[in-house]
Amino acid sequence: MSQWEVVIGLETHAQLQTKSKIFSGSSIAFGAEPNVQANAVDIALPGVLPVLNREAVVCAIKFGLAVGASIAPRSVFARKNYFYPDLPKGYQISQFEIPVVQGGGLAIRVGEQEKFIRLTRAHLEEDAGKSLHEDFHGRTGIDLNRAGTPLLEIVTEPDMRSSAEAVAYARALHALVQWIGICDGNMQEGSFRCDANVSVRRPGEPLGTRREIKNLNSFRFMQQAIDFEVQWQINEISEGRAIRQATVLFDPDSGETRAMRSKEDAHDYRYFPDPDLLPLEIGADWIAQVKAGLPELPQAMQARFQADYGLSAYDAAILTASRAMADYFVTAVAAAGAANAKAVANWIMGELAARLNKNDMDVANSPISAAQLAGLVQRIADNTISNNIAKKVFEALWNGEGQSADEIIDQQGLKQITDSGAIEKIIDEVLAANQKSVGEFRAGKDKAFNALVGQAMKATKGKANPQQVNDLLRKKLGG
Amino acid sequence: MSLTPEDVSRIALLSRIELSPAERETTREQLNGILGFIEQLQAVDTAGIEPMAHAVDVVQRLRPDVVTETDRRADFQAVAPETEAGLYLVPKVIE
Repeated sequence: MSQWEVVIGLETHAQLQTKSKIFSGSSIAFGAEPNVQANAVDIALPGVLPVLNREAVVCAIKFGLAVGASIAPRSVFARKNYFYPDLPKGYQISQFEIPVVQGGGLAIRVGEQEKFIRLTRAHLEEDAGKSLHEDFHGRTGIDLNRAGTPLLEIVTEPDMRSSAEAVAYARALHALVQWIGICDGNMQEGSFRCDANVSVRRPGEPLGTRREIKNLNSFRFMQQAIDFEVQWQINEISEGRAIRQATVLFDPDSGETRAMRSKEDAHDYRYFPDPDLLPLEIGADWIAQVKAGLPELPQAMQARFQADYGLSAYDAAILTASRAMADYFVTAVAAAGAANAKAVANWIMGELAARLNKNDMDVANSPISAAQLAGLVQRIADNTISNNIAKKVFEALWNGEGQSADEIIDQQGLKQITDSGAIEKIIDEVLAANQKSVGEFRAGKDKAFNALVGQAMKATKGKANPQQVNDLLRKKLGG
Repeated sequence: MSLTPEDVSRIALLSRIELSPAERETTREQLNGILGFIEQLQAVDTAGIEPMAHAVDVVQRLRPDVVTETDRRADFQAVAPETEAGLYLVPKVIE
């Protein structure tokens, strides 16, 4: 495959988290009865006029700021003309020549490799309705609740060179739009959907003809679809057939991409500025105001975690994978103290992540709160409990057996025994009861020593400080 | 620039307008007349003038993000040709 270079560009439709539609006062809540959220503007009755939703523009500004793009001081809405029954006006209101967000980009990471994916643009537009092709006596049912839902279409340059890079970009974008609170990222409900433009070429040659894979609504399908498409294109070219530009759909059942019936005129959208809408003006003061309300961005947070807490780039990336994860970590560190940040990170990425994963839960609704985890880490740090006992306390917290680590340690008597006198006494008893092991150890069997440590720990129900037990035992046996 | 009969047929198809051969010819003449006017406009020197997106020089007013509409499906569907289970029915369309 090394003799072929894969070229991928992505177009993503992110549904914006507004309450009402982009050009009307209808609700955009998901899951309503068909057509109860479709008013006169949405179903395109004669004489209606669109009025732009301010919040949709705020979302676009937030996104532009988050990807380091320029926000157009003046952008223009255009009509994209095509006929389809779920598009009642006969055109979609979009932006064409002058989009609201221009340029910018996103850093992605594939393995150890970091890469910057450039964005071409992001523009505001309205969604279409839904066509239901199930059985309505050979007719198609139209639900216009979704018509007019605000979307931000985010378009990259053809900068990705593998399906892994495409998925890494899509994941980074998915995390970012949720992070800045402009999209809920729900892929099942179609709030975040991607189209992939894929072509192949021999390195150094001009770009090959691309085919567009439509409506990829999971990262796994994206990877499978692109891998299949790339192999298909390579086979075609290798066998002397030219690639023809086409729109294809991915069939998850067969794992194949298949061309949609080609409509020769499909791409003649005859864009022109929409006379119903005036140019959108965004002043520097508005941008500054939105900027002031933006949360700290993941990249900045990663750098801060590395600098302040000595975390690795990998750990910092994991802890900023979602806003909920970052919030949890930040809250826990605030409670446990910066000196314990590394330990907090390890508990989150280790025990907590494993347990959440196993129960198919998100950190946002973790049964153990950030404050509770912080309390646990503090008790390890000040030697109240050992790491082993901490796992017991973690388990108890998870099961809701107490409000805090302290309460559980108290109630269940888990406090570590660090009094040398007490430990020595226990060791003496263990040595007296296990003369056989003592003999074996003296005869040179190191394993016997471990058995004695085990006995001592058992005698204290795991509460003795293991290092102390080790030291004292060695002293007694050696002495 | 002047349109051929084929150009007119293509535009009619994109606009979903059915034209008889006679209508196609009349339409072609009319469209070419309009293009003639545009050619005259294009003779004006516009170098250095910023294109306008709208005839009036004002900017878009914005609406607060508030749900103001209520369900009027029954009213709208009373005048629709065909509905079922809350859906508007149209002739079968499949990609």
